[in-house]
Amino acid sequence: MSAYVALFKARLQMGLQYRAAALAGLGTQLFWGIIRLMIFEAFFRSSAAPQPITYQQTVDYLWLTQALLLILPMRLEGEIQQMIRTGAVAYELARPTDLYWFWFFRSGAGRTAALALRAAPLYLLAWLFLGLKAPPSWASAGAFLLSLACASALGCALATLMTISLLWTVSGEGISRLLNLLAYVFSGSVVPLPFYPAWAQRALAFLPFGGLMDTPFRIYSGHIPPEEALGAIGHQIVWTVALILLGRWILGRGLRRLTVQGG
Amino acid sequence: MRRGLGQRGLRRVAALLADIGDGARLYGRYIALSIRAQMQYRASFIMLAVGHFLSTGIEFLGIWALFARFGDLKGWSLPEVSLFYGLVNVSFALAEAAARGFDTFDGLIRSGDFDRLLLRPRSIALQMAGRELQLMRIGRFFQGLVVLAWGAAALGLPWTVDRIAIALGAIVGGAFVFAGLFVLQATLCFWTVESIEIINTTTYGGVETAQFPLTIYRDWFRRFFTYLVPLASVTYFPILAILGRDDPLGTPHLFQALAPLAGPLFFAATLQAWRFGVRHYHSTGS
Repeated sequence: MSAYVALFKARLQMGLQYRAAALAGLGTQLFWGIIRLMIFEAFFRSSAAPQPITYQQTVDYLWLTQALLLILPMRLEGEIQQMIRTGAVAYELARPTDLYWFWFFRSGAGRTAALALRAAPLYLLAWLFLGLKAPPSWASAGAFLLSLACASALGCALATLMTISLLWTVSGEGISRLLNLLAYVFSGSVVPLPFYPAWAQRALAFLPFGGLMDTPFRIYSGHIPPEEALGAIGHQIVWTVALILLGRWILGRGLRRLTVQGG
Repeated sequence: MRRGLGQRGLRRVAALLADIGDGARLYGRYIALSIRAQMQYRASFIMLAVGHFLSTGIEFLGIWALFARFGDLKGWSLPEVSLFYGLVNVSFALAEAAARGFDTFDGLIRSGDFDRLLLRPRSIALQMAGRELQLMRIGRFFQGLVVLAWGAAALGLPWTVDRIAIALGAIVGGAFVFAGLFVLQATLCFWTVESIEIINTTTYGGVETAQFPLTIYRDWFRRFFTYLVPLASVTYFPILAILGRDDPLGTPHLFQALAPLAGPLFFAATLQAWRFGVRHYHSTGS
């Protein structure tokens, strides 16, 4: 276990080096958030019909999306892809650690570092100047933090699954792009999930992707009241465990048929 | 005497035309080469293009969902907004494909490879534009076109000659605006070396913005994308002319139809900035 902790710490420190890039990204993210905010404001002004989620809850949702965008498994692990292409992945196999957890914590640390650098300042700015409100109660805030932790675990599980699919080099890239796209849409980052049609809600609630963003964000604003939050968090945990098991199984199969290309 | 002057002028014009023809031929060569190279990996190209089609088209799913919930957007219907969406995406796809060389300029400057371009006896901007024509952008192009066609069909717009002319003008003008932004992004690299993400707010952010009529935004924001970055003149104004709608801002029809001309003008201005940057270039060495 301590090996994974050490790995996590080392990668975290590495990730925290890119502060200027994070700052530049912050400006873009902020601008993007303002555009989206104005679009939703215009929509809400156009119709008096009751919506499945209030304006304030939508504002919270949008800013949390901007602040925590990197929770989505967006980018492929370039280094591991390179390793698989060059054959250096053989070194990974020689390590006296479990490969699945090794990759899991490796991506987890990188993602946590990038997330932390962007999330905190953006959250603060949005809260001070741009209409983001604090959670309605301490219970909501606590449940949000718990759900957020589960969301990042879920994100790591998905990201690791994408990494593993790279073992099937060419077709693997297609699969991870598809996963990436599904996560992008069905997590609520394009449009908050409650806005999708009523008939789609059941499927959206079943899929794992909502657990990446929609669940914590709706808990935050009280759209999911604290007493229902535990069920939603349970849904996140079940999917995280399922995806980890799936990843381990696929990795096992991939390693059995793996022929390392020399070079 | 007067005749001699006329002849000299004529000769100068002829030389200029020959220069342009020559440049166009060279650009054609560059492009043909780039296409041939990408077609070596046909399966990869198809996959990338389809992926691009889906990943950019998914945005429209979100817009559709919002219209299903809210009915309309400050008096604009979904088919009307589709025109905005389709048009700006088609324009952007053209610019992304053609100005890719400028978009990836920071790598060139960091490696010092830009010096090689300077040694060649041809226009630098031409060499830059010819570096790569990214074919996969055809994915965004087609999804924009599909949405545009659907919007026009749903509105029952008769496609008269002047409507088609305005639409084409807007598309080309828009491509010029976005290409100009890529040139600006590259120009900034002369000083920053690293490409700065903030320009994305006007390129990708511009696409996101111009997918909707600019009147839905706050005034300061609308002014930014009207006067500083002339996106309004290649999306909002020509589409009003196509729809035959009155502008709440009170612009006349003729102005709306001719507004896309701002695109090439903007592009020319950014090329001037680029030339200024080239003159101030210090190699990073290596």
